[in-house]
Amino acid sequence: MLRMIAIVAGVALALAGPAQAQTPRKGGTIRMTAPYGSSFTSLDIHTTQRAQDEIYAKALHRSLYTWDSAEGKPVPELAKEVVVSGGGLVQTFKLRDDAYFHNGRKMTADDVIWSFNRIMDGTKAYPGARFVRIIEGAAAVEKGQAKEISGLKKIDDFTLEMKLTEKVDPGFYFFTALTSIYPADEGAKESFIQHPIGLGPFKFVEHVPGSRIVMERWDKFYKPGKPYADKLIVSIMGEAAARDVAFRNKEIDTSVLGPAQYVAYLADPNLKDTIVDVAEVFTRYMGMNPSFKPFADKRVRQAINYAIDSDLIINKLVKGKAYRATSWLPLTSPAYDKTMKPYPYDPAKAKQLLADAGYPNGFEFEWTTSQNESWGLPIVSAVIPMLDKVGIKVKVKQVETAVLAEVVRTGDYQAFIYSQQSGPDPLAALKCFHSSTPQSACNYMTFKNADFDKIMDEAGQADDTAKRTLLLQKANALLYDEAPVWFFNYNKAVMAVQPWLHGIQKNPTELTHQNAEELWVDETSPAK
Amino acid sequence: MPMLSFLIRRLLQTIPTVLAVVMLVFVLFSVVPGSIASTMSDDVDPQVELRLKQQLGLNDPVYVRFGKYIAKLATGDFGTSFRTREPVTTMIAKRAWPTLQLIFSAMAFSVVVGVPLGFVAALRPGGLVDSAAMVLAVSGLSIAKFWLGLVLMYLFALKLGWLPSFGYGDGSLKYLLLPAVTLGVSPMALFARTTRAAVLEIMTADFVRTARSKGMSETRVVKWHVTRNALVIILTTVGLQFGGLMGQAVVVEKLFSWPGIGSLLVDSVLQRDIPAVQGSILVVVLAFLAINLLIDLLYGVIDPRIRYA
Repeated sequence: MLRMIAIVAGVALALAGPAQAQTPRKGGTIRMTAPYGSSFTSLDIHTTQRAQDEIYAKALHRSLYTWDSAEGKPVPELAKEVVVSGGGLVQTFKLRDDAYFHNGRKMTADDVIWSFNRIMDGTKAYPGARFVRIIEGAAAVEKGQAKEISGLKKIDDFTLEMKLTEKVDPGFYFFTALTSIYPADEGAKESFIQHPIGLGPFKFVEHVPGSRIVMERWDKFYKPGKPYADKLIVSIMGEAAARDVAFRNKEIDTSVLGPAQYVAYLADPNLKDTIVDVAEVFTRYMGMNPSFKPFADKRVRQAINYAIDSDLIINKLVKGKAYRATSWLPLTSPAYDKTMKPYPYDPAKAKQLLADAGYPNGFEFEWTTSQNESWGLPIVSAVIPMLDKVGIKVKVKQVETAVLAEVVRTGDYQAFIYSQQSGPDPLAALKCFHSSTPQSACNYMTFKNADFDKIMDEAGQADDTAKRTLLLQKANALLYDEAPVWFFNYNKAVMAVQPWLHGIQKNPTELTHQNAEELWVDETSPAK
Repeated sequence: MPMLSFLIRRLLQTIPTVLAVVMLVFVLFSVVPGSIASTMSDDVDPQVELRLKQQLGLNDPVYVRFGKYIAKLATGDFGTSFRTREPVTTMIAKRAWPTLQLIFSAMAFSVVVGVPLGFVAALRPGGLVDSAAMVLAVSGLSIAKFWLGLVLMYLFALKLGWLPSFGYGDGSLKYLLLPAVTLGVSPMALFARTTRAAVLEIMTADFVRTARSKGMSETRVVKWHVTRNALVIILTTVGLQFGGLMGQAVVVEKLFSWPGIGSLLVDSVLQRDIPAVQGSILVVVLAFLAINLLIDLLYGVIDPRIRYA
């Protein structure tokens, strides 16, 4: 009998164990890291587009939408309901009436309007302007021709009407912290940048410049029972080796891994289970300037794609921390076409194409690059001998990342290597290649193709999602054939996560950007 | 009175130095490619970019901008950060204390360890202590700070668990120790070598021989003649090393996530936040000049034969 009781108890405990492990625990401290620099740019998230800053901003602020990693799409966050009318151009938001700013005031439609008007201030160059421009009349505010965005109308305190200039899903435009909603009364004050006030699950406590931001639970957060943790600390740790020591020493809960550490963690039985990875929506490529004569010929551009052994570089140099690019749209894009194959490594075919294009002895070009380890000088150095094999000589021009950004926007290059956002919205990502998109926006290679434009225009008008996806896949395939770039890879973001931290979301828009209210630490966390 | 006139003269001498540095930094950041607008957004409307530059005065000729900057500087206004829109003085003030903590702790460590080490080595030249001290000194000078910092982190945080591996915490000693030692090892080594060389040279000087021949005890000879004379050389080295520490602190601050002016300077350069860059460099230069002036004044206290000329 006793034996039977013991067996039943054992089975019950075994069943209860996992169930208990999945029940989020209240309390504790989450210790995240910000790995992309030695400081946060600003506590005013409207002013900065650095991925580093959005790490803390996701906990402090909220936008109209948020990215749902499980669904792989943006979902309404500050709106309970969105009604679409006017042929897809009018969006009516029924806003939450239970969202409170950290000063205790309830959010209303006025705050949304004020925030979007602020972002469009044409003397500030706020990075979120590129998203808000989709609202009718926003561009006029940016140009100083109007004071308020005409396409935004307050129906009542919790109802907002938004008129768009194009038929797009606004979720893709308003889910990042760049379009965070600020409290209209506080946001204008000087003190706001010292002590930001948001709608997020954690409220601001302390900023030690160059070291950390500390936040604590906002009890009036609108999602019942959330956030779970009492405190959230985001430590700035720009050095990968220092993060590695701190992670192994259990001083931090998350650490972004570079290629070398990725290999080391995979090989370590104690650490390999801590790895979380996701294909981020960034495409790494070499852009070719069509005004440089050889690159005007499609065959030359294709030859470059055939001449480079991209798999070898990804495996040996990038240590497998990337996915081979098959065209522009990345693996996690809703319009990614699994049937597409990348350009194979075929130097003979590259030589043939070069000969056909009138360059049997190759040519020389200048390649502008930054020092970046994943899409900069080390990659260029590995490619040079491969291109040399088919007769193409490369002169390297090394610049800072800030300068590179200016170079690509002004077209002051023959070729450049870059990492560009290619999602999550496939329509917006491919629109960068539409001839109407200016170079300064994102058509860096001044790509111009009438067929491509036609497909994209059709896709923009398509109401049926399946039809739109098919058209986008067609446009993506056309890009593959036109090869305006050397399609290198899609970033594989890798983060090590301590076993006591739960709720990590595989966010393809940026793995470090976590909806902090979903995170929780169990009792084994050393941070109490 | 001579001390006061010396002080005034030296203060006046710093003006051209400061002006030269300010002008150099200003001109340098006027010619380097890249601007604040390109770091703000990947997709700036050209008109907005133009207006932003206009608002920040970036479209004015360099001499106009420089004139405006100097006029502001004369009133103690370092300008407003392009990025954070905070006064640069506020930004620097937030980071000044951690930087001072780090630099003075590193200096204290290097003096407290390096100077006695050099002394002991010089008193028994060629002996075991001397050889060991010099091996330590050469190693200390050769080791890269980044690597040393990682080794210390690994040893004292990961293996022994005595200290945190990173961060500022509450600014207490346990957080300060590893970065301060990492930063202080190289000057410590230099002080050991300088002290040894200075003491060895003074030990053979005529006045030391005379003191000994008069029957003065060795302890008194070392204390009154050797130490005081060696201190002048050591102090000079200390003064110069302060400048070096301020530069090297950038690496240590980043490695240990220590909030200081160094990391502010690096990020401001990358983001083309010119007022913040100019302000940070100016503060470092002023601190360096102030410390060296202080050391010049100390010469007279240590050795009254030195006149404030």
